[in-house]
Amino acid sequence: MPGVGTVYRWELFKLRHQKRTYIGLGAAIIVPVLFVLAIHLRHHHDRGGFAFADYLDRSGLAVPLVILLFGAVWMFPLITALVAGDIFASEDHNGTLKTIFTRSLERWQLFAGKALAATTYAVTAIFLCGTVGVVAGSLQSGFNSLQSLSGTIVSAPKGLELVYVSLLIYLIPIAAIVCIGLLLSSLTRNSAAAVVGTLMVSLLIQLIGVLPGLGSLQPYLLSTQFNAWQGLLRTPIDWSPIIQAAWVCALYGIPAIGGAFLIFVRRDVAGG
Amino acid sequence: MSAAPPDAASDGPVTGAGDPPPAGPPPIEVRGLVKRYGELTAVGGVDLTVRTGDVYGYLGPNGAGKTTSLRMMLGLIRPTAGTVRLFGRDPMESVRALEGVAGFVEAPTFYPYLNARRNLEMLAAYDGGGANERIDQALETVELTGRQRDRVGGFSHGMRQRLGIAAALLRDPKLLLLDEPATGLDPAGMRDMRLLIHRLAGQGMTVLLSSHLLGEIEDVCNRVAIVRSGKIVYEGDIAALKRGAGTRYWLSTTDDDRALSVCRAQPGIDDVRVESGRISFTADESAVGGLSQALVESGALIHAMAPQTVTLEDLFFSYTEGDGPIEAGGAGSAGPAPPGQPASAAR
Repeated sequence: MPGVGTVYRWELFKLRHQKRTYIGLGAAIIVPVLFVLAIHLRHHHDRGGFAFADYLDRSGLAVPLVILLFGAVWMFPLITALVAGDIFASEDHNGTLKTIFTRSLERWQLFAGKALAATTYAVTAIFLCGTVGVVAGSLQSGFNSLQSLSGTIVSAPKGLELVYVSLLIYLIPIAAIVCIGLLLSSLTRNSAAAVVGTLMVSLLIQLIGVLPGLGSLQPYLLSTQFNAWQGLLRTPIDWSPIIQAAWVCALYGIPAIGGAFLIFVRRDVAGG
Repeated sequence: MSAAPPDAASDGPVTGAGDPPPAGPPPIEVRGLVKRYGELTAVGGVDLTVRTGDVYGYLGPNGAGKTTSLRMMLGLIRPTAGTVRLFGRDPMESVRALEGVAGFVEAPTFYPYLNARRNLEMLAAYDGGGANERIDQALETVELTGRQRDRVGGFSHGMRQRLGIAAALLRDPKLLLLDEPATGLDPAGMRDMRLLIHRLAGQGMTVLLSSHLLGEIEDVCNRVAIVRSGKIVYEGDIAALKRGAGTRYWLSTTDDDRALSVCRAQPGIDDVRVESGRISFTADESAVGGLSQALVESGALIHAMAPQTVTLEDLFFSYTEGDGPIEAGGAGSAGPAPPGQPASAAR
């Protein structure tokens, strides 16, 4: 019997046949490579003034962590939005909702399969970017030990483990971005509007964070949760930002995906 | 498309496999169906019943609400009021109501970046139940086997229509709903589509065919509903619709004045008029024989006497633009027939 798994597999198959998939994944590969190239070519080894800046020349493991820091501004939200913002809207664009709604799958099954596929893509992009960062960084600066944010030295294997767990923690706000992308995709029925809209929401939340007088909102902003992984890089591990990220992102993500679900399952398919 | 068997390619409407309709709910039963968009009423209270084995024409001008009705029948749009039952099941409650049902509204749509076979494989996976094993047969039926590896984005409109039929056939449907399947096709494509519908109906499939192409409907359908401004103005057999319009004859003789007197005096000859310099009247065939004899006996020799047959087109325009059913050769004479009744019952 067809089910969510069927939709999920075919959504992944469809993603493999769309250019936008490779634009996002391509960016996830190229950005760390360019970043390492920039490290290699720079003439002055200045202090960067940001976490792990001093370690970029000493350990390749610092590269993915620095990319996580800067990628939160627009790169990862954009890569995530490329698929999450498109996955329902493209069905409107192609007029194919009426085709899939008249087969043997309930709408909730279609929704779940698509949401899972969009999430899988985002996870793939983050881990691909992290892995390329580790490999390219290690080729440039060596697979060496890393200094944690508390100043303790972490061995290279332990550092590698922390990098991947950090990527996992990074997926918490990314999941919220996926949910916002799905909502806008379902709501606007327009890929470009949904992709740009998702990015704009992400940027606006960051803007709120830098506005004077709104500092008290900082812990509740989605943009702040992109730094939760840094709790792992402290000794002992500071779980509070990670726990905070989990519930704050849920506050953004659950209403968004709930809205997307209701719109998708209740909508009239009058066009296409 | 594949050559149709001789019986399927024969002229005239198809009436299904000829078996008696099985007991159980009808393939389509629509009652009081309404769809409003704000102030606009797209469908204003449609009642219709499609029986097992019917090839049912759903006729109406553009904007009459045909496609909106079909979307509601397929569960794509929630009705504002009224009910749709497919084999007794409500398509708005669960997609399970579409078991044994397939079709498309407006142009069939596919993923343009996938080839035809991949599109069908995906839809077959979404259908389950062995649909995947029917792909080759479906492609062969619509003669797209040779193009199955081509991306649908490069397909012509006609090829997409045929692929739409193939996608429908994957579900092994008992009921096929087709919205304007021949629209946009060239004459050969339209002929092929008609032959295909003939063939599918000949295999016992119930078909609802929405169209504004009257020849298409008249050629393949046994029953018809005519929709006007979102409301059904006629539902019933095409043959009954034509019969209900009556048979009018025109007559030319060597002495029309005398012939006129004979006609008016002859039993079974009604509504005798002089139109465009010719005598016209309504009658059934048995009365026409007696009239011929009476005319000869009176000395008014017949130059010509012929029935003026009413076409579905005449009836369609009388229902959708005029006041309702017409007589052959005459103007509209009565209001719309109530749904579910042939025109004759309304007159």
